[in-house]
Amino acid sequence: MNIEIQHVSKEFNHFAALHDVTLEIPSGKLVALLGPSGSGKTTLLRVIAGLESPDAGRVIFEGRDVTALTPAKRKVGFVFQQYALFRHMTVADNIAFGMSVRKRKDRPNADVIRARVEELLGLVRLEGLGNRRPNQISGGQRQRVALARALAVDPSVLLLDEPFGALDAKVRKELRHWLREFHDTLHITSLFVTHDQEEALELADVVVVLNHGKIEQIGTPREVYERPASEFVHEFLGEVDRVALGGQSIYVRPHEWVVAPVAEGPHELEGTVISMHDAGPVVRFKVLAQEQTVSVELAPRDYRRMQIVIGDSIGLRRESREEAVVHKS
Amino acid sequence: MAATVSLRTSGGKPSRRGLQDPLWLRAILITLALGFLVLFLLVPLVYVFMAAFEKGFGLFLKSLSDPDGLHAIWLTALVAAIVVPLNTVFGLAAAWAITQFRFRGKNLLITLIDLPFAVSPVVAGLVFVLLFGRNGFFGPFLFEHDFKVIYALPGIVLATLFVTFPFVAREVIPLMQSQGNDEEQAALTLGANGFQIFWKVTIPKIRWALIYGIILCNARSMGEFGAVSVVSGMIRGQTNTMPLQIENLYNEYQTVAAFSFAAVLALLALLTLVIKVIIEARVQRQGNESGLPVSVPLVAANPVLR
Repeated sequence: MNIEIQHVSKEFNHFAALHDVTLEIPSGKLVALLGPSGSGKTTLLRVIAGLESPDAGRVIFEGRDVTALTPAKRKVGFVFQQYALFRHMTVADNIAFGMSVRKRKDRPNADVIRARVEELLGLVRLEGLGNRRPNQISGGQRQRVALARALAVDPSVLLLDEPFGALDAKVRKELRHWLREFHDTLHITSLFVTHDQEEALELADVVVVLNHGKIEQIGTPREVYERPASEFVHEFLGEVDRVALGGQSIYVRPHEWVVAPVAEGPHELEGTVISMHDAGPVVRFKVLAQEQTVSVELAPRDYRRMQIVIGDSIGLRRESREEAVVHKS
Repeated sequence: MAATVSLRTSGGKPSRRGLQDPLWLRAILITLALGFLVLFLLVPLVYVFMAAFEKGFGLFLKSLSDPDGLHAIWLTALVAAIVVPLNTVFGLAAAWAITQFRFRGKNLLITLIDLPFAVSPVVAGLVFVLLFGRNGFFGPFLFEHDFKVIYALPGIVLATLFVTFPFVAREVIPLMQSQGNDEEQAALTLGANGFQIFWKVTIPKIRWALIYGIILCNARSMGEFGAVSVVSGMIRGQTNTMPLQIENLYNEYQTVAAFSFAAVLALLALLTLVIKVIIEARVQRQGNESGLPVSVPLVAANPVLR
């Protein structure tokens, strides 16, 4: 389902959480709302859900103005940051809740509900856990129960608030891949909020970068990473140094530097290695060059070939954008 | 020293000697605490029952079943039956408003809920006399319509309502605040209406704190003396509740009768304690599912235990 946000503004106690935000979300996409805390990303998600009403502007679902509708009437599935599972109910009752609170004439009978719950438990790979209570399952499992519960009402859009925020790093990675596959099978328009740029870039079809209640950039992960539209996007999407080169101030990411011995010039910068950290998949250097400190990332293979140690002088030049693309794919 | 050594050998646990206070200090503190409890709580409680049964079980029953006594028991039960449901509804309404809505004056409301705890019950009673008494603010109007508030049931109910208002609200509000309203919002996105959210999500979530608040409210409404004594006029067989009846009997040197009623109230206090223990055990077993506050001001609720 296609979603349009038109000139939406929202204030909390004179703090502008959203300021004239306009955005179109194409049907079937997985979209990340990315920004630091206080950027308005969660507020935007809640406005789309109908949990907050905007002070100005409209929310359009598939051409229909839903601004005044309740969350239930909008048919949104919402997954809360801390899951908000009903702690006194079993997993199965949690999933069945949306069906069992319908008006009598619309309510499926008990057998249909039970069958649907089983089907959803299978979909989120939690077969056999229906009788557990939320405090008897792991964080990752709770997350999937929350997802199954949201899907039980056949939502036309799925909204996830920091879906991986409360999980440890390993489970987070697994669930991230799983959610991507999950979305590829269901094709339901989905938005998730995150402050983790890596998560947004890895998972989303479209990344919306927000800051101070305004949209900084909308684009595919590649577009926002490689052609950041503003200084903020530059600095927010991963480590970057602002380097004075040829009278210009340029943003360069640590992996964009090509390192060579000083003798193999010409270089854009020459400097001394002042610190070094072998971080596993990459080796990180700090290079002091013309009174500016620059971060450099190198593959362990190149690092071993060049045998760099602290105090060495090295030459740096930026790899061209074309090279970057070839290098990455 | 000996205690520490034996602890280490028998339990096989690593020594905690460095973390423990010296034995003599522990002994003194434990003796002080236990001694205080026995002297000020246990001895009086036992004495209440001893005095009540001094002349045998027959006289105990006879004291309670005298017509004025029976009326006092009936009146006390009636007042509690009116006050507890009303304060349950008020307490839940206040808790719901405070935790689910954003509005101006919320902090003032939270403070006002504590007012009955801060004000002396006698003052509360006097306020009602000033408002509804013969020469009070509403007095002439009430007199004209022949409706008695002071020295009658309505006054007793009003005074008890005032004094016991905080109990349900105070138990439920902190719990609802700490649990947040995510579950209610989740229910909202799943299509539940306000009524369904309240009964299917909020009430189960807070049920133990709610039950506990109701029990405290009940114990206090049956035991309230100060405010009720001012508004009731203490007319025997008409406006005397159990605590007032005790005072009357005691002043007339009818010790056995006075202590018989006191024993009934003390029994109520013990029952409240038992229910508290059961609820806490349940909450513990269910993995603190409802998050009942660990320590609760039980003593404040029952004048007999105070």
